[in-house]
Amino acid sequence: MGRRIINRHPARGSALVLGVLPFLALAVLYVTFSSLRLAENPDDKLLPALSSIGDAIHRMAFEPDQRSGRYLLWADTAASLTRLAWGLGIATLMALVTGIAVGLVPYVRAWLAPLIGVISLVPPMAILPILFIVFGLDDLSKVVLIVIGIAPFLIRDMSMRVMEMPNELLIKAQALGASTWQIVVRIILPQMLPRLIDSVRLSLGPAWLFLIAAEGIAATEGLGYRIFLVRRYLAMDVILPYVAWITLIAFLMDWGLRRLSRRIFPWISRGMA
Amino acid sequence: MSLLIDNVWKEYGDQIVLERLNMEIPTGEFCAVVGPSGCGKTTFLRMLLGMEKPTRGAMLLDGKPLPDEPGPDRGIVFQRYSVYPHLTVLDNVMLPLEFERSRFFGRFFGAERRRAIGDARSCIASVGLEHAMDKYPSELSGGMQQRLAIAQTLVRRPKILLLDEPFGALDPGTKSQMHDLLLKLWQEEGMTVFMITHDLHEGFKLATRVLSFDKTRRDPQAPGAYGATVIYDLPLDDKAERKPIVEKWKRRTLETQAGMVH
Repeated sequence: MGRRIINRHPARGSALVLGVLPFLALAVLYVTFSSLRLAENPDDKLLPALSSIGDAIHRMAFEPDQRSGRYLLWADTAASLTRLAWGLGIATLMALVTGIAVGLVPYVRAWLAPLIGVISLVPPMAILPILFIVFGLDDLSKVVLIVIGIAPFLIRDMSMRVMEMPNELLIKAQALGASTWQIVVRIILPQMLPRLIDSVRLSLGPAWLFLIAAEGIAATEGLGYRIFLVRRYLAMDVILPYVAWITLIAFLMDWGLRRLSRRIFPWISRGMA
Repeated sequence: MSLLIDNVWKEYGDQIVLERLNMEIPTGEFCAVVGPSGCGKTTFLRMLLGMEKPTRGAMLLDGKPLPDEPGPDRGIVFQRYSVYPHLTVLDNVMLPLEFERSRFFGRFFGAERRRAIGDARSCIASVGLEHAMDKYPSELSGGMQQRLAIAQTLVRRPKILLLDEPFGALDPGTKSQMHDLLLKLWQEEGMTVFMITHDLHEGFKLATRVLSFDKTRRDPQAPGAYGATVIYDLPLDDKAERKPIVEKWKRRTLETQAGMVH
């Protein structure tokens, strides 16, 4: 009898082939069905040919818009990334400050933990209309939505990680003469930053979700706005590359954060092997 | 000059963990704390460290109550999690100096750092880790990690060194090396040592006094009704190291009494 399947590992080459296979299958499937539909009806918009997708990309990225004179893909990307960066940045900073305070200081925990617990259960999309009313239809309401959407998760995750730290490390620091502030800057912060980066990586998906939803409902530019706008004309040749572009950006952000974490925190991976 | 434990009790609700602890430990004494699991040895250590407060009684270090939170006068080495994984050997040993001299940043820069490296280096050399200064703890063996923990604890010269089964996870050869190291450092620094151990042989080999904890009374219907206490307080007077410690303590006691008469 052969070995159990949980003990069999693919070689490097075959692992690569296995990983690429589903992508290839999807591509083949798309091209097949697209040409089938186009053979039946050359005006079909649902599965545009790769050539018309290429045309659309060229139009959006490299030709100025007739009305505004702007290169739409880049203008949309800049608008969306600015909002995303503000939202992620503010939420991360809040998580760092509040999460550590809640995790480390019993009085702050007693004061803030119940509130954060309740806020984290409010469905962010349900209060989007309130945000539009209070903060207007501009960038601010979208940034606030992202913050409200991911900050409670980040704060709670951070405070739990702080509380999970072996108590010995905190006791020992006090026995070495550290003040609370010194414990924060020399022990907690350096040990928590890599974990914060990990949870920000996990929050990238929700952050994009809230951004695109808010842009879809009310905006004048942005990747989500564009997708929802051209949906009216069934412009799949624009929607598909936009979705692919968003996915690529999200992937690069995730990859970049992982690289950053490995680079500035060498102690995590060293000596483990 | 001593640590005085005066009728100390520790209770959690109606459960008594420790009762009737009475002893005077001269400065410089090496106490081994032995006893079965769950008999309150670690609770005793936690009270000395300031993590727990006695429910009754007093603990006086040189006549003053022990502070009720950990501080640099009492060093601690745990069995695990005793060094900081994000700092190299050098930075782990520098850390206590940085806590002491850099109140806001908790970190040295420039010339101050270079000066402190000298102090840290000699401390690291005294535990034999000078070849591993730039390594992270995860790159060190268990014995080396405990050496580092001891160096880190001693760099601020605590009056009392508390060791909670520090060598429990080490192999016999490494353990024996650690014994020699610990005795050497104790003789150089002259601090009071409390060391919890499950290894009686280790206790009698290292200590000048063995404190054996256990319960003297048991109620089978209510296991928490009686606490453990020191059932044997054994000064090892046949050890030559103990004599100067006791003599110094007696002399200081007499001097203090004489001072009170005048």
